[in-house]
Amino acid sequence: MIDLQLNSEGKLKHFLTIEGLNKEILTEILDVAESFSSMSSQRVKKVPLLRGRTIVNLFFENSTRTRTTFELAATRLSADVLSINIAASATSKGESLLDTINNLEAMFVDMFVVRHGISGAGHFIAQHTAPHISVINAGDGQHAHPTQAMLDMFTIRQYKQKFDHLKVAIIGDILHSRVARSQIRALNTLGVKDVRVIAPKTLLPQFVENLGVTSFNDIEEGLVGSDVIIMLRLQKERMTSALLPTEREYFKCFGLTEKRLKLANPDAIVMHPGPINRGVEIESSIADGPQSVILQQVTNGVAVRMAIMSLVIQPKGNVS
Amino acid sequence: MQNGIFIFNRLILDLSLLGFYAKMKKNILKIPSLLDNLETDLKIVLALRKLKEPLMIGIHNGGVWVAEQMHQRLKIKEPLGVMDISFYRDDFSQIGMNPKVKPSKLPAHMEGRDIILIDDVFYTGRTIRAALNEIFDYGRPNQVVLGVLIERDGRQIPIKPDCAGCTFRLPVGQRIKLTGPSPLGIEIKTFNNE
Repeated sequence: MIDLQLNSEGKLKHFLTIEGLNKEILTEILDVAESFSSMSSQRVKKVPLLRGRTIVNLFFENSTRTRTTFELAATRLSADVLSINIAASATSKGESLLDTINNLEAMFVDMFVVRHGISGAGHFIAQHTAPHISVINAGDGQHAHPTQAMLDMFTIRQYKQKFDHLKVAIIGDILHSRVARSQIRALNTLGVKDVRVIAPKTLLPQFVENLGVTSFNDIEEGLVGSDVIIMLRLQKERMTSALLPTEREYFKCFGLTEKRLKLANPDAIVMHPGPINRGVEIESSIADGPQSVILQQVTNGVAVRMAIMSLVIQPKGNVS
Repeated sequence: MQNGIFIFNRLILDLSLLGFYAKMKKNILKIPSLLDNLETDLKIVLALRKLKEPLMIGIHNGGVWVAEQMHQRLKIKEPLGVMDISFYRDDFSQIGMNPKVKPSKLPAHMEGRDIILIDDVFYTGRTIRAALNEIFDYGRPNQVVLGVLIERDGRQIPIKPDCAGCTFRLPVGQRIKLTGPSPLGIEIKTFNNE
């Protein structure tokens, strides 16, 4: 399962999860992304790396930021991009996932970017596609969202330079968050020793400490001395039982307010993968305030996705 | 018999020529004189082509080391620009991404500028083609002068340096590389697969 992501030379072939990738590979992605981010001063914000290659965005779940930044990243790499609207596609007429993939493969595509509501969908596609095709996971169920985690690591490195001394607090719906799982893996791999998850007991997975984190049920206790605060959205669409009394009560107990933010280090940055629910997980004034790097995360998303796409694409003739 | 003598004489001639070339290369490839030659050449070309407030750009890695020297010697006011051409390489689809790619640091406004582009070794011309493509993505320059420390044979596309510290021939299987940054040195390696 883990080796599926690497080719016979140990280089990235698919990007499905942070699990199994070492510090060198993650750092390589961040370094290449840094070079792409310098392109923003170019008049023509485009490089010819993926000219003649075809990338298909397959989004079986809704997305604004991820889909558009993937499209923009592929366009800036000069690839041809197809974004399939699943709601209007043959899937809605009963076509299986594999049949959809096989049909697209027959059109000579080079890469699939997949978002799917079921955990492991990316792995499944990667196992069944032709050897020259790369698959990037743009979020699968509650499992992983590795490109979001990498753009978050890029943003943290941009503001904090190094990882090892950082205290990172992840607050909110950890239970349903594929973003949190990928972030925790990436933070651990990059050497962050103090990762805290803060949530009500009902929104924390069982044995969460096994992931290499400390868990807190009291936001004020967990926030003390943090350098990086990552807020998560309440994923009400994935909640199948009564996990929370009301949004108001959640905000009262776990919302990030100006008063609580003062418990963190004065130069702490506040992050959120979006979409944000103002007044539910975060106070509006913080989301728009000087410590917020939420929009910078979106900007960085393009460079990081360009880096991942250009690293996974297989050289022509290499099908190992 | 006569044929044999001819072959023998030819062999002696070839061997002595090889020795001569080796000595010549040893003398030619001395960094201080190469830098002096390039500086002189650049001064002449810059005067002839009337470059105004030129911007100097070095190509990573060796080109930047040479450009740092030329930037100082030619007293160029504007900070040195550096460029990594990895995103513009024409062999990306064969060899994939260079993971050691560094960010390019170039001024945002290159429209109408006079540019001195510097690299260490000129071989096939493909690096320069990639560099020119990148420059044009920043804006349309007024003119570009190309200076290299060493120009060797093996051009594959119609691009040629305007100034060179030296020009010489090297067997197909050999590659020449600038080592550095401090001190600068020259390394010739033989590859069997070429």
